Amino acid sequence: MSGMISIIDYQAGNLRSVRRALLHLGVPCRITNKPLEILSSERVIFPGVGAAGKAMETIQSLELDEVIREVVTSGTPFLGICLGAQIILEKSEEGDTDCLNLIPGRVRRFPGSTFKIPHMGWNTLEIKQKHPILDGIDEKAQYYFVHSYYAEPARDEDVIATTEYGIQFASIIGRDNIVATQFHLEKSGRQGLSILENFSKWDGWAG
Amino acid sequence: MLSKRIIICLDVREGKTTKGVRFKRNVDIGDPVAMAKEYYEQGVDELVFYDITASSDDRKILIDVVDRVAQNIFIPFSVGGGVRDLTDMYRVLDAGAEKISINTAAVLNPGLISEGARYFGNQCIVLGMDAKGVEKSEAIPSGYEIWINGGRTATGIDALAWAKEAEDRGAGEICLNSIDADGTNEGYELTLTSLISEAVSIPVIASGGAGKPEHLRDVFVKAGADAALIASMVHYGDYTVSQIKSYLSGEGIPVREFV
Repeated sequence: MSGMISIIDYQAGNLRSVRRALLHLGVPCRITNKPLEILSSERVIFPGVGAAGKAMETIQSLELDEVIREVVTSGTPFLGICLGAQIILEKSEEGDTDCLNLIPGRVRRFPGSTFKIPHMGWNTLEIKQKHPILDGIDEKAQYYFVHSYYAEPARDEDVIATTEYGIQFASIIGRDNIVATQFHLEKSGRQGLSILENFSKWDGWAG
Repeated sequence: MLSKRIIICLDVREGKTTKGVRFKRNVDIGDPVAMAKEYYEQGVDELVFYDITASSDDRKILIDVVDRVAQNIFIPFSVGGGVRDLTDMYRVLDAGAEKISINTAAVLNPGLISEGARYFGNQCIVLGMDAKGVEKSEAIPSGYEIWINGGRTATGIDALAWAKEAEDRGAGEICLNSIDADGTNEGYELTLTSLISEAVSIPVIASGGAGKPEHLRDVFVKAGADAALIASMVHYGDYTVSQIKSYLSGEGIPVREFV
């Protein structure tokens, strides 16, 4: 069953794109920053583009950090996308920002070398562990990335997939009812939509 | 490994695409939304809508096109042409585009690059550059000069210096069009492309001159482009996106396989 999904509104850039993709899939959703609406929804999406520092500032000023913690503790399926997959860790090198600390680990900048920054474009996944949101996904599929920083979870068991760009970095992370993709599901064509659709049916059990 | 991107450019005037297009399937020719959908289904990696209208009434039509495209295709796309200030940028992004391409407006007001990057993020700002080969001089040491107003006005600005300045100001990407190669179908301007691509650390999209898949191979392998813009070679039905991709893949170039 696909129940109502709340897309957390903290003035991030890709909210409406995520909503368009869900509407296209026929999944009911709303963009909201109201704690009661977020807490009463069946699933929650935490999107985001932009800088970690400013995002955390907005989240704190709207008092959404406590709401997000409550969502996660209650077992509600929770999906982070792009910046939303980074600021769920403890700390980000981007502006030396303290983040939400829902998953132990850090966010690092790509080492400046022969590889261009940002990592922009389509890239593949190497799946490290099975996860319900990857059901039926073609292993050769590629996804759209735009980022200069990447998540580095402290524990290997929180890494669901990695991607190669000069280094191997965690491109899907997850723990219990949290799952998060560094790439933009809403801009990754059919395969991205399939993952979103899987999330819209996910009960929050990773096993 | 990161794939080389293939980007299709659609010119839009008064809400319709301007170049004749031949599709094998039955597509409403001239409707940018239908064409975008067709290319999306063929597996293109990204799209660019270039607005070649002038009046403000037409801008509203373009915003409507962007909105309808965004409801139907789920890959990144950018909009260029006629974007003059932050308000224009906001309208295009709010309607669902991923990126905005600025060209003439950026030359006339370089601060627009920095402001756009600050308000919307670097990844949203694409600097469009129209460059033309000239004799090397003190003013134009790279031998490539920037032209504006759709290639009608020379600026006396050096293309290499301008690319670096745009990067410093926060552009997330450069779309580099060669005026000399544009419309020839004889291949991209490789010297210009590798000059700019080596000088900046942001992605460079090569534009102008693509006529066959070999041209894309050359601009990726010999000139280090990160993405290649194509138009007539697919619009006129000579090639499909998947033909181009399977050729490139056979040449050992990483492309996004459409699954």
